[in-house]
Amino acid sequence: MEYAEHLDALPPSREEPPAATTKGHQQHPLGIYFKIWGLLFVLSTASYLVDYFHFQGMLRWTLIIVFMLLKAGLIVAVFMHMVWERLALLYAIIVPPLLLVTLIGIGVLEAGYTFSARETFFAPPPPPAEKPAAH
Amino acid sequence: MTTTHLPIDLDTTQLLPAAAGGWDSVVKDVSSDQRVFKDVPWGKPMMWIFLLSDTFIFGTFLISYMTVRSSTTVPWPNPSEVFGLQVFGQSVPLLLIAIMTFVLISSSGTMALAVNFGYRRDRETTFWLLLATAALGATFVGMQAFEWTKLIMEGVRPWGNPWGAHQFGACFFMITGFHGTHVTIGVIFLSIVATKVRRGDLDHQRPGFLTGRKGNYEIVEIMGLYWHFVDLVWVFIFAFFYLW
Repeated sequence: MEYAEHLDALPPSREEPPAATTKGHQQHPLGIYFKIWGLLFVLSTASYLVDYFHFQGMLRWTLIIVFMLLKAGLIVAVFMHMVWERLALLYAIIVPPLLLVTLIGIGVLEAGYTFSARETFFAPPPPPAEKPAAH
Repeated sequence: MTTTHLPIDLDTTQLLPAAAGGWDSVVKDVSSDQRVFKDVPWGKPMMWIFLLSDTFIFGTFLISYMTVRSSTTVPWPNPSEVFGLQVFGQSVPLLLIAIMTFVLISSSGTMALAVNFGYRRDRETTFWLLLATAALGATFVGMQAFEWTKLIMEGVRPWGNPWGAHQFGACFFMITGFHGTHVTIGVIFLSIVATKVRRGDLDHQRPGFLTGRKGNYEIVEIMGLYWHFVDLVWVFIFAFFYLW
């Protein structure tokens, strides 16, 4: 905090320090960490059970994605303190990864094309029991 | 632990001071003189920006995995069976992976507590929590080594495997290997930070090994950001590679 003197010299109305933090330190009641810890355990168990009970189709993908996003959200929001950070920092970090959606789209198109090319020009799909040389 | 029952203030202006500032605060921050993120210690945005670049690396790995998996005409090996374990003569699907997931989540929990106790200047508790985090991380890497050994013995190679699409091995070794490397580096750094905490380097503001800057407990929080990110990446690997 080398620039702390600078900030203190500003008129007090300019920047109110966030209530839950002192000088950028994140300090919150311990209880919230235990709650999130417990929730992460519950969500992990739930996503494991999706596989254990052999859910298939849309139900499987929906449950897996929902549990995954909830877990990721809880970790970033509470464990990494993102809900208490400045909004500018939140946007600077959370928005850029959304670009990956473009790459997913490109990947899907590319994979679809490759798949159809393989089906068209190579031998028809080999039987599932095929044993390729392992080494 | 009586502290676990502390009430949480759900007043949003308190809980989300940034949100209370709204779009105005973003504009002020970004157009401000000298510093963008006011009152945020500089190390935190630096770590976040590094993690952002790491997000793109792991994102690229997972997307290329998606691409090769959906473009192959050969059936993909069933992860539920490939990663199953024999326990008392019964085959339990994905058992090892489930245990690894719980170990990593627990390490994230102890890390979050370590950050909290660090800012309370509770040296002893912070040290033990950091050490527990490092131990859980090392356990995770050990289990991953066991898993790799098992699969390699069964004939999985980056160029082929006995059960189906050849791309399986390449994706598996690349993604879990890169993640395991992150965990390993994290364990090393956790040990270093734990040592600094125990010696009192942060309380007495001793400068670090490679820097003239004074030590303080922000490095525990910054270490925590890295460690939670490793856990975060595992959440996505668990969903996309093991459960898909």
